[in-house]
Amino acid sequence: MSTSALYNDQGGAEAAVEAGQESTPTSSGTGAAFGLFSTDFKKNEDLKEMLESNKESLKLEAMKRIVGLIAKGKNSSELFPAVVKNVASKNIELKKLVYVYLVRYAEEQQDLALLSISTFQRALKDPNQFIRASALRVLSSIRVPIIVPIMMLAIKEAAADLSPYVRKTSAHAIQKLYSLDPDQKEQLIEVIEKLLKDKSTLVAGSVVMAFEEVCPDRIDLIHKNYRKLCNLLVDVEEWGQVVIISMLTRYARTQFTSPWTENNEKTFYDSDSEEKKEQTEAKPYIMDPDHRLLLRNTKPLLQSRNTAVVMSVAQLYWHLAPKHEVNIVTKSLVRLLRSHREVQFIVLQNIATMSIQRKGMFEPFMKSFYVRSTDATHIKTLKLEILTNLANEANISTILREFQTYVKSQDKAFAAATIQAIGRCATNISEVTDTCLNGLVLLLSNRDETVVAESVVVIKKLLQTQPTQHSEIIKHMAKLFDNITVPMARASILWLMGEYCERVPKIAPDVLRKMAKTFTAEEDIVKLQIVNLAAKLYLTNSKQTKLLTQYILNLGKYDQNYDIRDRTRFIRQLIVPNEKSGALNKYARRILLAPKPAPVLESAFKDRDRFQLGTLSHSINSKATGYQELSDWPAVAPDQSVRNVEVIEPVRNPSSSHTPYHSFTSYLSNSSALLFLFYSITCIHTMSEAHFAVLVCFSDSDENGNGPVAQASSSSPESSSGSETDSEDDSDSDSLAAQKKKKSDVTTPSFGPVKTYELLHHMTGKGLSAKYHFPRQPCLYEPSMVAVQVILTNSSDHSLEEIHIGERSPAGLNIHCFNTIERLEPEASVTVSMGIDFSDSTQAANFQLCTKENQFSVSIQPAVGELLMPSTMTEQDFTKEQGKLLGMNETSATITMATANTSSQAISKQVLSVANVGVVSSSQNNFHRFAGRTVSSGALVLVSLELKESSSALLTINTEKSVMASMLLRDLKQALTQA
Amino acid sequence: MIHSLFLINHSGDIFLEKHWKSVISRSVCDYFFEAREKAVDPENVPPVLQTPHHYLISIYRGKLFFLSVIQTEVAPLFVIEFLHRVADTIQDYFGECSEGIIKDNIVTVYELLEEMLDNGFPLATESNVLKEMIRPPTILRSVVNTLTGSSNVGDTLPTGQLSNVPWRRAGVKYTNNEAYFDVIEEIDAILDKSGTTVFAEIQGVIEACVRLTGMPDLTLSFMNPRLLDDVSFHPCVRFKRWESERVLSFIPPDGNFTLMNYHVSSQNLVAIPVYVKQSISFFETGPCGRLDITIGPKQTMGKTVENMMVTIHMPKAVLNANLTATQGTYTYDLTTKVLVWDIGKLNPQKLPNLRGSLSTQVGVPKPEDNPSLNIDLKIQQLAISGLKVSRLDMYGEKYKPFKGVKYLTKAGKFQVRT
Repeated sequence: MSTSALYNDQGGAEAAVEAGQESTPTSSGTGAAFGLFSTDFKKNEDLKEMLESNKESLKLEAMKRIVGLIAKGKNSSELFPAVVKNVASKNIELKKLVYVYLVRYAEEQQDLALLSISTFQRALKDPNQFIRASALRVLSSIRVPIIVPIMMLAIKEAAADLSPYVRKTSAHAIQKLYSLDPDQKEQLIEVIEKLLKDKSTLVAGSVVMAFEEVCPDRIDLIHKNYRKLCNLLVDVEEWGQVVIISMLTRYARTQFTSPWTENNEKTFYDSDSEEKKEQTEAKPYIMDPDHRLLLRNTKPLLQSRNTAVVMSVAQLYWHLAPKHEVNIVTKSLVRLLRSHREVQFIVLQNIATMSIQRKGMFEPFMKSFYVRSTDATHIKTLKLEILTNLANEANISTILREFQTYVKSQDKAFAAATIQAIGRCATNISEVTDTCLNGLVLLLSNRDETVVAESVVVIKKLLQTQPTQHSEIIKHMAKLFDNITVPMARASILWLMGEYCERVPKIAPDVLRKMAKTFTAEEDIVKLQIVNLAAKLYLTNSKQTKLLTQYILNLGKYDQNYDIRDRTRFIRQLIVPNEKSGALNKYARRILLAPKPAPVLESAFKDRDRFQLGTLSHSINSKATGYQELSDWPAVAPDQSVRNVEVIEPVRNPSSSHTPYHSFTSYLSNSSALLFLFYSITCIHTMSEAHFAVLVCFSDSDENGNGPVAQASSSSPESSSGSETDSEDDSDSDSLAAQKKKKSDVTTPSFGPVKTYELLHHMTGKGLSAKYHFPRQPCLYEPSMVAVQVILTNSSDHSLEEIHIGERSPAGLNIHCFNTIERLEPEASVTVSMGIDFSDSTQAANFQLCTKENQFSVSIQPAVGELLMPSTMTEQDFTKEQGKLLGMNETSATITMATANTSSQAISKQVLSVANVGVVSSSQNNFHRFAGRTVSSGALVLVSLELKESSSALLTINTEKSVMASMLLRDLKQALTQA
Repeated sequence: MIHSLFLINHSGDIFLEKHWKSVISRSVCDYFFEAREKAVDPENVPPVLQTPHHYLISIYRGKLFFLSVIQTEVAPLFVIEFLHRVADTIQDYFGECSEGIIKDNIVTVYELLEEMLDNGFPLATESNVLKEMIRPPTILRSVVNTLTGSSNVGDTLPTGQLSNVPWRRAGVKYTNNEAYFDVIEEIDAILDKSGTTVFAEIQGVIEACVRLTGMPDLTLSFMNPRLLDDVSFHPCVRFKRWESERVLSFIPPDGNFTLMNYHVSSQNLVAIPVYVKQSISFFETGPCGRLDITIGPKQTMGKTVENMMVTIHMPKAVLNANLTATQGTYTYDLTTKVLVWDIGKLNPQKLPNLRGSLSTQVGVPKPEDNPSLNIDLKIQQLAISGLKVSRLDMYGEKYKPFKGVKYLTKAGKFQVRT
C-alpha cells in the first residue's frame, strides 16, 4: 500500500512528502488490524478499490457502505488513507460523508488526519458562509491536539465573521477546543466575551452554551449583556432558550435581592443589631427592574411547544419569582403531562418537589394526577407521591376513595406504594388516622402477600404514634401471624408485641412460645426481633418466659449469622444478672423499654429541593458532574449599574428611571469635587435655577447617570480633574462623561438636557461606533452653524486609522468637519466637535464617516428645538417684538397641561428640554415667556405660555419661520401635556 | 450535552451508534440492559439512569430505545425532547420509525444525526431546514438517483437557518395552493364502576397541512376562542397577537406541522359520548369467570361513533376467553393477556354486546380485582368541546388558496374502572 502515491494524485508536493514519512507506521498498524478482522479484510479491500476508482458513483457507493459500517459500530479505520484523499471532492454528498468519516477516526489516525487540514484552512476563507461554517465545524471536531493553534486562530477569525451563522459555529467550536485543550481557557474567554456582545439571535444560545461550559463562574461577563439577552430571548431558537434561561436563573440569584418577603423578615429577626433591623424596615422590597424584565420576558415561553423550554421557565419562576407569581406556571406544567412517558416522568418528579412546599399550586389540578391502569409503574408511583403531598383535610376523603381503587391494582408494587401513601396521609391528617387504620387492618386479610406485608409495616408505624388505644389491632395481628410469611411483616409484628407486651400480657408469651419452635427456620431480621421480644418479655414477665428466653438465647448463641450471635451475647449480658455484669444491668429495663419516638412518614422528595429544579441532579437526587449550585439571594443587591449599557435604547423602560437617580445621589454624597461643582453653579445663578438645572439633567440622562457631571463641569473646567478621579469606581460610562467634560469649555452655561443619539452602531460600523449630541453652545467655526459633538468609539479589537468625513449630501451642505483622527486604539474613544449649517430646516444632514478601510453613510437629523439659540431680552422687549410678529407669523394652540407641569419650574424644564431658548423673566405668575433666535438666519422665535383656569393654557409662538413654528408648537405641546 | 446515541431494538441489539464527541464504548449500554432486565416491561425502564462515569437518558418509541449518553449536568428534558425530535424526524422522513426502516436508510439517518447536533448541542432540528440539506427519499428520486448517480444531499445550502423564519424554507412553489387544518380533540376520562365520571377533560390539537407558494402570512380565528384554557404553539405563531386579539397569526412552515395544542377550560362539562355497562366477575368456585359488556351512545351530538374498540388487560390468572360478540370481533392474546374487542361503527338501534366465560388457572386463588376497560373511538366532523374555526385569511401573497377545516373527536386516555 503506497500512501505517498495516493497523495501524489492530489498534486500537493508538500503533502506527498509528509505522507511519505508517515506511511510506514500506518501500514504496519493496519496490518495488525487486518489480522484481527480477517473477515472484514476482503470486504474492506474492495471498498478501497472502489474509493480509488475514478468513478464518482463508485466512490459514493463505497463511502455509503463505510458510513454504514461506522453507524453499526464496526471498525473501518484501516481505510483512512483511502478515504481522506477524497476530502477535497467536488461532490457535496461524497464530501460530507468523508467529513463524517474523518471526524470519527481522526483521533486514531492523527498524523494522516493532518493532511486534510489545509483543505479546511482554504475553505475557511471561502466567500460562501456555509462553506466557511462547515469547514470550521469539521476542523474543530477533529480531536488532534497538534492543530490547537490553528483551531484557535480559526475560532478568533470566525468570531469576527460578518455572517452570524459562522459566528454561531465559532461558539460551538469554542467548547470543542476547550475540551481538547483546557489550557486555552483564557484566550477562549476573550472570544466568548466578544461573542456575548453579539446581537444576533442565532449566536446567543450557542455562546451562552460555550460560556456555561468554559467559564460559568465569570458572571461579570454577563452584566453588560443581561438586558440584551432578556430581550432577545423570545426570538432565540428553542434549545438556546433552555440554556440561556438556566444561566440567567443562576445569574439572577447572585444579583438581585430576594422577592420572598417572609424570608427578608427572617433574616432581620436573626440579626441582633438594632441598626440593621431599622434598615430593613426602612426599605420595603422593590423589585429590581432588571429582575422584573427577566420574569416578564420569559413568561410567554411557557407556551412553547418544547417541553424543555416550558420546564426551564417553570424552574426560573420557582427560583426567582415572588411567591404569589409562581402559580402561573402550574397550568403549563400540567399540560406537559399529556406528553411522552419520559417527559411525564421528569415533570412529575419536579411537581413532586414543588408540591411539598406549595400544596396550593397544584391542588386545583389534583385530578390530573389520578392514576390510570396503563401508566408505567414509575409514573404511577410519582403520581401517588404528588397526591399524597396534596392531601389535606378538605380533599382527603376524595383522595382516600381514589387510593382504595389503587390498592386493588394488579400491579402489586404499586398497591404496596399506595398503602404507604395511606399511612402518610394518616399521620399527616389526624382526622382520618382512625379511618385509615381500620382500612389497613382490613387489608391484613388480603390474599396478596406484599399487600399484607406492607400493611403490617405501615400499621406498625401508625400504632407507634398512638399506641394506647390499639391493643385490639395488635391482638388481631397476632392472630394473623401464622399466615404471614413475608419476613419484614413478621419482624414488624414481633416488634409490636415486644414494644407493647404489657398491653397484650396473655398473647405475647404465647407468640414467643411459637417463635421458639420455629426460630431456626426464620429469616435473620425475624430472628433479631425474636431475641428482642424475648428480652422485653423477660424484663416484664420473667415468671412465664424465663425458660423460653434462655432457650432462644441459646439458639441464638450458635446461629450462623454473627449479627445474631452478637445480639444474643449482648442481650444476655444485659438482662440476665450474673457476677460479671456491671452497672448496665440495673438499667436494662430503661434501655430496652424506653419510649421510642414515632417515625415520621415523609416524602421521598423532601430533600430534593436542594437541587435546582429541572436539572439532572434533581432527577437522580445526587450531584451530577458539572452541576452548578444555585447561590442564595444576596442580602444586599450588588451594584445595579453594572448592567447599564452605553447605548441608549430608543424605547425607554419607564420603571427604570429611578436608577440614575440613585447613582446621582450617591455621587453627591461621595464626591466632594462634585459638591464643589454644584456650588460653583449656584454662585453663577440663583439657587432655584441651578437646582432645577440639575433636575433637568438627571431626569433626562436616562441610564447613563453621568449626564449631570458633564453639564455641571462646563462652568468650571478647572475642577474636572477632581471629579474624574472620583468617578473611577463607577461604571465604564464614566470615561464618556470625562470626555464630555473636556470639550465643554464654552462660556455660556446651558442647562438643557443631553440627549445622545446614535450615529453609527458598532455592528454596522465594523467596530467603529459613533454617537452625537447637541451641546447647545454657539458654534465656534461659523455663527450660522449648529454645534454637534460626536463621540467616536472603537469597539473592535484592532486600531482604526484615518477617521474622517467623506462625501456629504445635499451637495451644498455646509459642514465644518473635525480634523482627521489618525489612529484610534481598541476600546478608546474620542470626542470631536462639528458644525453643521442646517439652514433652519430639519432636513437631515447626510455624510460619510470614513476610516482607512471603510466608509459608512450616516445622517444627523436635528429636532427643531436644536436649531435655536437662546436670546436674552426683557419683558418689554419681548412684548414689543411680539407685537411685530402677529397675524401670519403667529401660531397658537390651547393645550391641557399635565398636572405635573403646572409649576413654573416644571414648565421651564419642559420647554427647555424641547428647545434651546432663553427664559424671559416675567412679572406675571401665569405668563411664561421664552425667547430664541434661529441659528442660521437669526430670526426671532418667541414662545409664550399663558396659564388659564383648570390646567388649560394658551401656547403661542411668534416667528416669521412659520414651518418651524408649527413644528415647535407640536413638540412643545407634547412635552407639556405629558406627565 | 449529548455525547453519544445508541439505537437499541426490542431484543437488546445495538443497531446504530453515533458519537458527537470522542467515542464511548458500547459497553456503557450494559447498565441499561441491566435496568431493562429488571423492569420486565420496556415501558417501566427508568428514563434516567446513573452509571459510575456517565448518565444514560433513554426514550422508548416504536419498540425502539433511543439511548443517549451524557457526561455532565444537563436538563434531562432537554435530552428527552431532543430524542423525541429525532424520532419525529425519522418518522417524517421515512413514514415510520422502526428498526427496519432505519436499517434500510442507515446512511441518511446517520447524516441527519450529524446535522441535528454539533458537539452534542442541537444545531438544526426544524424539518424544513433539514429537508433542504438532506432530501427525504421518494420512490421517484431513488429511481432517478440510481440512473443518474445523483444523491439525496441537497446541493443548495440551507438558507432557512439564517432567515428570521427558520421553520420555513425559501422559494416554495406549488401549482395547487392549499391549506388544510385538522382540529382533533381527545377526551381523557376516568369513569368509575357505576358509570359516573371521576375525571374528564378535553385536549385538542390543530394539525396543519399547508402547501402555499411564497411567503404567505396566515391568520386563523375562532368563533369561540374563550373555550381555550391553556395553549402551546408552534414557534411560528405570534404570541403577542394571540394575547391581545385571540387570533393565530403566523407564517406557516411548509408541509405538515402541529400548529397548536390546547386544553379546554375545566369549567365546561365534558360530554362523554358513550356509556358502558359491564360486569366482569370471577367465581370463587371453579376456575372460571363471566364477562358481559354492552356499549351504547350517550352524548354524540347526533353524529355516528366509529372505530369503537375496547381493550382489557386481564389478570394473569385468566387463561382463555370464550365469548360471543353481537358485533365486531374479539381477540385474546394468551401471552400478554390482552383482550381486544373491535366493534367498528356504533349502531344506536342494536347495541353491541360481548359476553361469555373466562377460564382461569386451576389452583390459583381467583383474581381479586377486575381489570379496567380502555375505550377507543372516533367521531368525524365534531369537535366535542364545540370549538369552531371562523375564518382563515391570507396576506402577503396574491393567489387564492384552497382552504379546509376538518374536525375529529377521539378518545384519548379513556378508561372505565370495574
